Amino acid sequence: MKLLIKNGRVIDPASGINEERDVVVEKGKISSIEKKGSVPEDGFKIIDAQGCIVAPGFIDMHVHFREPGFEYKETIESGAESAAAGGFTTVAVMPNTNPVNDVRSITEMIVNIAKTKAIVNVLPIAAITKGLKGETLTEMADLKNAGAVAFSDDGMPVSSNEIMRRALEYSHMLDLPLIQHSEIKDLTKGGCMNEGFVSTELGLGGMPREAEDIMVYRDISLLPRTKGRLHVAHISSGNSVDLVRQAKAKGLPVTCEVAPHHFILTDECVRGYDTNTKMSPPLREQWDIDAIKEGLRDDTIDIIATDHAPHDTVDKEVEYANACFGIVGLETALPLTLKLVDEGVLTLEKAVEKLTLTPAQIFDLDKGTLKPGSVADVVIFNPETAYKINAADFKSKSKNTPFDGWDVKGQIVHTIVQGKIVYSNS
Amino acid sequence: MQYSQKHLLGIKDLSKEDILAVLNAADSFKVYTQRDIKKVPTLRGRTIINMFFEPSTRTRTSFEIAGKRMSADVINIAGSSSSIVKGETLIDTVKNLEAMNCDILIIRHNEAGAAELAARYLKNPVINAGDGYHEHPTQALLDLMTIRDHKQTLEGLKVTIVGDIAHSRVARSNIYAMRTLGMDVSVVGPPTMIPVDIEKMGVKVFYNLEKGIQEADVIMMLRIQMERQNKTFFPTLREYSNLFGLNLEKLKKAKKDVLILHPGPVNRGVEISPDVINGPHSVILNQVTNGVAIRMALMYLLLGLNDETVN
Amino acid sequence: MNPVILNSQQISRAISRIAHEIVEKNSGCDGLALVGIRTRGVPFAKRLQAKIKSIENVTLQLGILDITLYRDDMKTGRSHPEIGSTEIPFPIEKTKIVLCDDVLFTGRTIRAAIDELMDFGRPAGVQLATLIDRGHRELPIRPDYVGKNIPTNKSQRIEVKLKEEDGEDQVVLVDNPQ
Repeated sequence: MKLLIKNGRVIDPASGINEERDVVVEKGKISSIEKKGSVPEDGFKIIDAQGCIVAPGFIDMHVHFREPGFEYKETIESGAESAAAGGFTTVAVMPNTNPVNDVRSITEMIVNIAKTKAIVNVLPIAAITKGLKGETLTEMADLKNAGAVAFSDDGMPVSSNEIMRRALEYSHMLDLPLIQHSEIKDLTKGGCMNEGFVSTELGLGGMPREAEDIMVYRDISLLPRTKGRLHVAHISSGNSVDLVRQAKAKGLPVTCEVAPHHFILTDECVRGYDTNTKMSPPLREQWDIDAIKEGLRDDTIDIIATDHAPHDTVDKEVEYANACFGIVGLETALPLTLKLVDEGVLTLEKAVEKLTLTPAQIFDLDKGTLKPGSVADVVIFNPETAYKINAADFKSKSKNTPFDGWDVKGQIVHTIVQGKIVYSNS
Repeated sequence: MQYSQKHLLGIKDLSKEDILAVLNAADSFKVYTQRDIKKVPTLRGRTIINMFFEPSTRTRTSFEIAGKRMSADVINIAGSSSSIVKGETLIDTVKNLEAMNCDILIIRHNEAGAAELAARYLKNPVINAGDGYHEHPTQALLDLMTIRDHKQTLEGLKVTIVGDIAHSRVARSNIYAMRTLGMDVSVVGPPTMIPVDIEKMGVKVFYNLEKGIQEADVIMMLRIQMERQNKTFFPTLREYSNLFGLNLEKLKKAKKDVLILHPGPVNRGVEISPDVINGPHSVILNQVTNGVAIRMALMYLLLGLNDETVN
Repeated sequence: MNPVILNSQQISRAISRIAHEIVEKNSGCDGLALVGIRTRGVPFAKRLQAKIKSIENVTLQLGILDITLYRDDMKTGRSHPEIGSTEIPFPIEKTKIVLCDDVLFTGRTIRAAIDELMDFGRPAGVQLATLIDRGHRELPIRPDYVGKNIPTNKSQRIEVKLKEEDGEDQVVLVDNPQ
């Protein structure tokens, strides 16, 4: 089927286009990007993108789809639907499933389920250590061969200094980044929110930002000798942003990501004990948000990744300390990211870049661009549409979000994968 | 003075009027608890559930006696036997109790925010009898009542709270209550037990006991929480006691008519020496008496409330 | 203007007469005590106490009763009044109690007062002195001593002002109160 996407403003950071153009899609690939109104319409299915942005489909390198083992929270199928509704055409799933994705057979299983049931591209991230226990390395080469695009123990940090060193060294020959959930576990013992005045008032155990800072520093320190590649997951501490900035200045191979909730919410939201404010790393303070915005502005923070972590009410409607960590994020990412554009932290083009081109570059994916010849993974969104977030309408199986009821701007109109429309906002 | 809240979840939610309404009502209740027939018929036929997920004889008994003296039917549910152990969530338990039409739920739980969670799902009033490290509002109210019994006024009094402040819901509730009433509050403890930014609650911090209790009108000793004790907070009880234990010698730094309070149970010889507990400054037993009156007053105030006066 | 039922002098004479009646009916002051019901029953009882002292040179024991906790209308959900303190500084056993209240209306307040007294002990007997009886009893309660009988409509209100509480002595009939 031939698609003609007309009247939209095409933003493709890879080719530097940021103006109204028409996009031609044929046989699942981008055929060409033409001058606006120059393409005759017959023979095409027309998508009118008036008032909309036409961009490469968003890429989220940090989601949890819970399959195998926790299918009541999410499956690869439902997660993919959620991704499509959020404008994401490619996502990478974390291995903290049950069983853990630490052997070839699980990776292959995920790839197969994705192939048959997922409407977007779902790429596996395999574990660094067996069972995420932090004791022995996985068969990383075999896992890469089975389709893993990166390695991570996310959910857990790799606590042992020696194991992290060896993992970085070993992965060097595979040229894949290690994604680290940076948390010194014995500093956060018993903690369930940021350690600060709010945790003092609420009587909740604190997770000080030093628990993240120290591990980020440790991992960066290991890079020169090991020549491994580090990607810092869900950065939350202003200090960590600084450490990454300094490391990049030295030319070290470190990248990092931030989740929208870490540039929108502070730990003040925890007052009232709504467990949809509980995640790891936790919501921090205004100072951290300011540092993160600065990091986004100067490209210290490379990409935005939601850390989409679906949980059922069974896991969340309990005492704060007993609730599972995490919130869903795929279907709220766009409006929250656009707030950065509104505030002048990022241009719209930069925001798109951090959701498309840059993740593709870091993880060496043949995606994130609308250059002719590339796979037609496209997102069409209206940055001005105002609406109220309604968690009950989420395509995800889980509705655990603190943003329910928020008045926001920026809505996905169509999501297209390999030239097929997989989501339309009716 | 009117009490304006639907529940009692924490002192932080209470205005000065709310606190005084409870104290004044409690004063009136004392008379009834001292005659032969200690009951009044006011809450006859109401059902009060005492749901305690954490062991406590003293507080639970106090609530039970208070409810019975109001002529209500009081049911005690202990955490271990309440089907929480079988995996039933707090919310399900609470909903079951609501289906059985309980008029007041009193809840003690070892996690902060539990009372608030219960209140979200219950249409009837909830009293927080202690939620983790967060708040223990009835304790603060009875502490204030005890201080007022002896000192007549509260505003401007100098109070020092000593002990494991970080893990103390009694400390938090008392700090909120005392600051709302214009009292001068200091906290004393080792740095590992003073929580982050506590100065923002309007208190002074001391790591030295004698400095902290200088010219104090009231000293509140906290129990060193042995059951919550993480050995990394201080090296030994011996060192703690040497530095922060209260004895007659150290007490000389406070005012001559200083009051000593303790939420109980007391670790004799650790945080406080026997001669201080047994001495003339200690009003620990008055606290217990007042506890019943405060809890009776609260039950009266929460159940007599007009819906329109609630926030 | 609302009609004045009793002025200061009339109140004073009524209290004087009631004081004499109490002493007469009980053949003196032995084993007798006054209990004023909050709020205006209390200054009423105190004045009776003072009057009886001037007649018989005996100071009767005086108690104060707050009946808030014994009311029968807790469940109507009205916002509840503050509880004042109750003080019974003498043994109830074997004592004849004269309950004193400013206005007798439905009788429910007196019922609550009797129940509360009984929880303090077993009196030898209970009598009732009221400054105003306005009728409309809903319970079988009758006064022993009455200052003045005033027939009223249910919608009207009797306002008793006593110097100790209100700065002046006056009893007023209020039509269609808010």
